[in-house]
Amino acid sequence: MTTASSADHPTRRDFLFVATGAAAAVGGAAALWPFVSQMNPDASTIAAGAPIEVDLSPVAEGQDIKVFWRGKPIYISHRTKKQIDEARAVNVASLPDPQSDEARVKSGHDQWLVVIGICTHLGCIPIAHEGNYDGFFCPCHGSQYDSSGRIRQGPAPANLPVPPYQFVSDTKIQIG
Amino acid sequence: MSGPSDYQPSNPALQWIERRLPIMGLVHSSFVIYPTPRNLNYWWTFGAILSFMLGIQILTGVILAMHYTPHADLAFKSVELLVRDVNYGWLLRNMHAVGASMFFVAVYVHMLRGLYYGSYKEPREVLWILGVIIYLLMMATGFMGYVLPWGQMSFWGATVITNLFSAIPYVGESIVTLLWGGYSVGNPTLNRFFSLHYLLPFLIAGVVVLHVWALHVAGQNNPDGVEPKTEKDTVPFTPHATIKDGFGVACFMLLYAWFIFYMPNYLGDADNYIPANPGVTPPHIVPEWYYLPFYAILRSIPNKLAGVIGMFSAIIILCFLPWLDAARTKSSKYRPLAKQFFWIFVAVCILLGYLGAQPPEGIYVIAGRVLTFCYFAYFLIVLPLLSRIETPRPVPNSIAEAVLAKTGSKSTPMVSTVIALALVGALFAGSVDSARAEEGGTRPPGNNWSFSGPFGTFDRGALQRGLKVYKEVCANCHGLSFIAFRNLGDPGGPGYSTAQVAAFASDYKVKDGPNDQGDMFERPGRPADYFPSPFPNEQAARAANGGAAPPDLSLITKARSYGRGFPMFIVDFFSQYQEQGPDYVSAVLQGFEDKAPEGVTIPEGSYYNKYFPGHAIKMPKPLSDGQVTYDDGSPTTVAQYAKDVTTFLMWTAEPHMEARKRMGFQVFIFLIIFAGLMYFTKKKVWADSH
Ligand code: FES
Repeated sequence: MTTASSADHPTRRDFLFVATGAAAAVGGAAALWPFVSQMNPDASTIAAGAPIEVDLSPVAEGQDIKVFWRGKPIYISHRTKKQIDEARAVNVASLPDPQSDEARVKSGHDQWLVVIGICTHLGCIPIAHEGNYDGFFCPCHGSQYDSSGRIRQGPAPANLPVPPYQFVSDTKIQIG
Repeated sequence: MSGPSDYQPSNPALQWIERRLPIMGLVHSSFVIYPTPRNLNYWWTFGAILSFMLGIQILTGVILAMHYTPHADLAFKSVELLVRDVNYGWLLRNMHAVGASMFFVAVYVHMLRGLYYGSYKEPREVLWILGVIIYLLMMATGFMGYVLPWGQMSFWGATVITNLFSAIPYVGESIVTLLWGGYSVGNPTLNRFFSLHYLLPFLIAGVVVLHVWALHVAGQNNPDGVEPKTEKDTVPFTPHATIKDGFGVACFMLLYAWFIFYMPNYLGDADNYIPANPGVTPPHIVPEWYYLPFYAILRSIPNKLAGVIGMFSAIIILCFLPWLDAARTKSSKYRPLAKQFFWIFVAVCILLGYLGAQPPEGIYVIAGRVLTFCYFAYFLIVLPLLSRIETPRPVPNSIAEAVLAKTGSKSTPMVSTVIALALVGALFAGSVDSARAEEGGTRPPGNNWSFSGPFGTFDRGALQRGLKVYKEVCANCHGLSFIAFRNLGDPGGPGYSTAQVAAFASDYKVKDGPNDQGDMFERPGRPADYFPSPFPNEQAARAANGGAAPPDLSLITKARSYGRGFPMFIVDFFSQYQEQGPDYVSAVLQGFEDKAPEGVTIPEGSYYNKYFPGHAIKMPKPLSDGQVTYDDGSPTTVAQYAKDVTTFLMWTAEPHMEARKRMGFQVFIFLIIFAGLMYFTKKKVWADSH
């Protein structure tokens, strides 16, 4: 301090400087919060992310549909017997991201596979019914997923995630 | 910026950088050891305050742009939704809108300080002219920013201001078309204004750098107007000026926060809460308060081209000030005559501002002409003349001498000036208010609202009853399009639970689609849906209601107001009264009378209403006793219905009002403590310099 010549109350003065500096720091940090927080999804976006219901009855065996929930594409596949068998025949331990097919579908509704259609590599949308495993093929960098949406080959590190959903009736699911 | 610095950082890494880019040396020489006159008063902190405000405006502006949609059909809505839905959106918007006004408050103080102390004189002419350029850029930026919310005042302000250019002979019309990008103000205009409004602040920042550069070359002026000669005349910028500026900024923030948290709409115009309508001009077009003096000059001159020239020259003339005023003595402190004329000039500007908000008729026009003459006479006659005839008092030999002389006589002209300026400022800002006055309705009686004042909250019961009244009565004709069902469960609202909100929403039929077959269909409402409007479009609403479309009620309590008149609007600044809208809405609901009084004729299809401007309202009496049943035992009277539904509509206009006032209190506690700490720190730092 260029002006520190009044040596009589150094401690009191130092305390004042520290208190002022601390108040400025606390105030500045608190003022920063709204500027950060505003970047989060706003109330209407959150409200629009409420659960959706999907009617499965029009989806024939071997077909699949794509619906959007929270801006993400969700694949709903009505799997054939062959696809289910293939998914269950593999040795789970040999997979890059070991997970059994049973754990990825709802029991009693084994023909329905519901996965978020976003490649776990870098976010492209895989194409259904393509690739070597009767599942999905990502055109971006060649990741291949099987008929259970599990990663089998390529750079993606993990299986296609299963969104939260439940069956409200035999032909209707609620996602979210 | 004052020559090469011998600053040497001790850290070797910093040394390495410093040898290649001497940026720390620049900062050190410009903002640390830079010698600043030791006799500067608090008027000199406004430079720092302005830098702070520019920073705030750019920061909040960049953020608002993330949520705003510059499209004629969506702009108004996007502003409303960002205020309602974005986290702290209401705060950011208030900061930006109020910040513009505060920016101008500070710049006017800064300019008048320069004028009073002769800061434009040799060798600071370029510094001053750069300042005028900043001011011009600020005006352009402020104007374009005001257009962006695309309310009625935005639209008509844009129309009027751009039409100024049509006064230019021969090419005027083409220039206006060029500015608009169309045959009238429309979507292309809005888009380019948005783009320019984003660009200009960065230009301002650039010119500010030049301004500061020029300042650091010439050195700061000071209240005594004598240049520093020895070391004794100055103190190092840091910590002395830094801490003093910091204290100034902290005090200014108190004023700023008062508006942000307690009076966000005091400086605005209620009409701007009505979406832009190219078919209807509001009865009084009033620019923002900071343009009013120039607007008054424009209107005083009874010739279109001359008026426009007069208005622009009122600003451009400032550039010539260093040569118009040739007096050798800088500071008006030592110029007895110049001092008096300075204050007269300030009064002229304020009165011009007042006139700018008045209707251009009768005495106001004459007064406007006289004052316009006075404005120009100050620059063109008074100042040149004074420099020849005035005998200034002797100036001190040095700053140190002036400081010594002052320590004896303890005078605090600053405090009284601040109070005077505050009152005057309120008068000035409030003059907008009188423009709204007297549009042909009786002044509504005041009410005791639970939501008024700094700690006001909504009465939950009233909100719930008001919702019922809206749903059963108003909703037959009026929309509520900015309110979603989910809002009914938001904190600070009617306080319904999520389940109650879902049940309430499912009572409504909402149009959705198209479905996979391409058809639109109806489904029960969900919490995320907005209140459906009773009419599919404005034309249908108009046709079904005798030619007058019932306005959407979401913002009605903010979009309606009435003039409070002098001196009430000054009192309102301190008492935080801002319930003109609710008072008006509640009065109109109760103001129906079966028979118009003697001498008032009400056209066919209209009804007499005591409080409606012009008294002839197209809406039939909506409420009658016992019409809506209440299950909480509240009286089922028109007065109670009006009170409840108005409370509800105040909430729909500002769902985050409670959060605003709550945070305002916290901010004030903090700011008062902080300003106090800054004050004592400043005293300690300066202890040896006085
Ligand atoms: S994003 Fe799918 S493989 Fe890279």
